[in-house]
Amino acid sequence: MTQAQLAQGAEALLSVRDVSVVFGGIVALNGVSFDMRQGQILGLIGPNGAGKTTLFNCLSRLYQPSSGDILMEGQSILKRPPHKIAEIGIGRTFQNVALFANLSVLDNVRIGTHARTSSDIISDSLRLAWVRRGESAMNKRVHEILGYLDLEDVAHTIVSGLPFGTQKRVELARALAADPKILLLDEPAGGLNHEEVHVLGDLIRRIRDDRKITVLLVEHHMGLVMSIADHVVALNFGRKLAEGTPTQVQSDPDVIKAYLGSKEQ
Amino acid sequence: MSAAIEDVVTEAPAVEAVPKRAMTLGSGTSLVVVLLLLVVPLLVKNFIIFQMTMLLIYGLAVLALNILTGGSGQFSLGQSAFYAIGAYTSAILMEHFDVNYALTLPIAGVLCFGAGFLFGQPALRLSGVYLALATFALATAMPQLLKLGYFEKWTGGVQGLVVTKPDAPFGLPMSQDMWLYYFTLVVTIAIYVFSVNLLRSRSGRAFMAIRDNEIAASAMGVDVALYKTLAFGVSAGITGVAGGLGAITVQFVAPDSYTITLAISLFLGMVVGGVGWLPGSIIGSAFIIFVPNIAEGISKGLSGAVFGVLLFLVIYLVPHGARQFAMVAHNLIGKVRRN
Repeated sequence: MTQAQLAQGAEALLSVRDVSVVFGGIVALNGVSFDMRQGQILGLIGPNGAGKTTLFNCLSRLYQPSSGDILMEGQSILKRPPHKIAEIGIGRTFQNVALFANLSVLDNVRIGTHARTSSDIISDSLRLAWVRRGESAMNKRVHEILGYLDLEDVAHTIVSGLPFGTQKRVELARALAADPKILLLDEPAGGLNHEEVHVLGDLIRRIRDDRKITVLLVEHHMGLVMSIADHVVALNFGRKLAEGTPTQVQSDPDVIKAYLGSKEQ
Repeated sequence: MSAAIEDVVTEAPAVEAVPKRAMTLGSGTSLVVVLLLLVVPLLVKNFIIFQMTMLLIYGLAVLALNILTGGSGQFSLGQSAFYAIGAYTSAILMEHFDVNYALTLPIAGVLCFGAGFLFGQPALRLSGVYLALATFALATAMPQLLKLGYFEKWTGGVQGLVVTKPDAPFGLPMSQDMWLYYFTLVVTIAIYVFSVNLLRSRSGRAFMAIRDNEIAASAMGVDVALYKTLAFGVSAGITGVAGGLGAITVQFVAPDSYTITLAISLFLGMVVGGVGWLPGSIIGSAFIIFVPNIAEGISKGLSGAVFGVLLFLVIYLVPHGARQFAMVAHNLIGKVRRN
């Protein structure tokens, strides 16, 4: 590692250090390292089976890396259980939308504030004054977010009845309710049409600009990644293939080979 | 591997449930129900008052199961065990230690909360039908544990314990049955209000988040293991209070009053009342108390079969239980108002 890279690592918000994941005999990730700086939109790309989802699941603590470390503001996240990730400022959305299907939009977003609020069952049952104060402050925040993402009209609708695109927005709202420093987006463009992908791209950029949230975008949709990412990391067969600006990565011969196959074959 | 995770994430919720907004009654309807519960005992015979007391007590036990299943999405066929612990706690404290009957209830509640919380720990590894089976084992074991010679000094073994019925305090001019009814009514209303508050709060939302999607709940910072065991604890605690009230009202506890049949009845009450709809608990309770009597009225020899047919009709005609009536009525009133 050069001196410049070390300096960059020190100011990184999130840094993935030499992470490997082995399932039985299969190496799903092999020594992957990269840094995310504050305010960046980082696109993580790669063909199917490249290890994108595996890396994503390491960040959200569903998988434990076999070796390596992941640091959030200099502190390792690997000793934290999955439910203690939201409180250090890592929020996420899910690939195929994982909302609380029987609850309203409002309640889904309210649950998003769980890591930022506190209560106990006795105070909650008695609805003590401090609980009521907390709830009204929380509701104010939730409505601000619903307004920001244009969801006020459907606030009382049960989420399972909403169109897919709207459900994705509800997931974003739920993640924002936890006031994250980093937002992990797992294939947000999946299942959206061309027009919707365009709107989504604008929205992600707006969230970054307005709320100073760093975004990690794991995405198949090259158009989306190339149009909004500041920095791109390309994976293939569990290894980092290339890293740089979208233009650099796009013209990288290894990346082209991984996506289109080489001439020799 | 990642495919397996996705499956879990997108799995449909095991329990159908109503949104929180529709979880309670409107204030007008609540007032009517409370007024009825206050006035009716003044007009009927003591035996009916006794039955109404049991209606409230089973209503509480069904409510407790509703918080567990409708709220947090966990099944239990073991509620009779917690009911038995509550009943025996009250009976033993009253008869052996001369504790005031009203004081035995919070003790029964706390003890059962502990028992439920502890039972919730191994239950964490199980879900759906497997959890139902584990709780079933608890319900089967409990009557035998109560009969053990080792505890006989306290529990009275197979014979059980006779409990003295309390008199109305301050020389109030009312029968023991009527006093006990109003006492039970106050406890029931208080627990109902606490339960509604709980399900509307941060804790209740955490329960429902777990019910709908555990992985997403965890990503939002919900400690899934903690809230699952808390739901078990709360449910067992309320069931314990109901058990204590039941012991005082029936004036007798014996191991064979608390078999798996009771647990299944409570489960039935929850389904008939509407899973996740708290006011339905009292209707479910009415079903499990009165419908067997009605069945016996129709045919003495075949009362079980008649009960079965009646149950089948209810499930077939109103699969969502009493809640379905409430929703239809709500829509009708809405239409009438608009016209």
